[in-house]
Amino acid sequence: MKTSVIVFPASNCDRDAAVALEQATGKAPDMVWHGDSDLPQTDLIVLPGGFSYGDYLRSGAMAARSPIMRAVIEKAQAGTPVIGICNGFQILTEAGLLPGALMRNAGLDFVCRTVTLRVENNQSMFSSAFEKGQAVNFPVAHHDGNFYADKETLDRLEAEGRVVFRYIDNPNGSARDIAGIVNDAGNVLGMMPHPERVISPLLGGVDGAAFFKGLVEAVS
Amino acid sequence: MKARITVTLKSGVLDPQGKAIEGALSGLGFSGAHHVRQGKIIEMKLDETDETAARAKVEEMCKKLLANPVMENYAIELSA
Repeated sequence: MKTSVIVFPASNCDRDAAVALEQATGKAPDMVWHGDSDLPQTDLIVLPGGFSYGDYLRSGAMAARSPIMRAVIEKAQAGTPVIGICNGFQILTEAGLLPGALMRNAGLDFVCRTVTLRVENNQSMFSSAFEKGQAVNFPVAHHDGNFYADKETLDRLEAEGRVVFRYIDNPNGSARDIAGIVNDAGNVLGMMPHPERVISPLLGGVDGAAFFKGLVEAVS
Repeated sequence: MKARITVTLKSGVLDPQGKAIEGALSGLGFSGAHHVRQGKIIEMKLDETDETAARAKVEEMCKKLLANPVMENYAIELSA
């Protein structure tokens, strides 16, 4: 299985994502620069966390318009699985691949700690490793993680089972405690918490290892 | 021509920064200031000299990049 990590200027979780993918697939991913316009052959794309383009204008706004995103959007629309983690989630909403927007945290603080999520839907390729209702622990580290969408969009996400992860103790004011959602086709996931940071007991947790292992099994 | 674009959060969208500013104003003794909202202003010079064409161009910029229609409104002012 071949995977790709997109690297934007000021991505800072790209290498963590690469280690997590290599652990899960046995093969190092292709690291693809934002200025490239073509993707290598790939079965899974990760948009990593960080502060792409210094969060200028809006978090993820500039990255969403970078050359490589045209290729990512094309692949996503053709069904290739795409995960956006943290800044990657912001980029996916700015690129129109996911609904809603990530706004400044309601408490204004940068939140950096481990949070507990409830797996709301384990039928997604991104959560098949978990039981429905299972509590998993992933770290968050963000300033703009407050998920916003209008009521109609939120109702649709809930009705279609597209809320995959929900905060048990909401750290940022996100509407309906939403931590992670998928697109209507189910192949694009955006989440604020960082599974790639908990892939070994040495890092303080292994729920992220299960996340990536389950995803790789579901995709391959 | 010059363009000045004001981007504001839609009404009903929580603005935690506006709320913090309101709190700080009140802490400074400025009473009676309510519903503080923070936005941003983007200014630019345009080669375009026709106002209608300039407005159309800036509208497109707003839709494609300068504002996020999920949560923001924009207003365009043009001047010579």
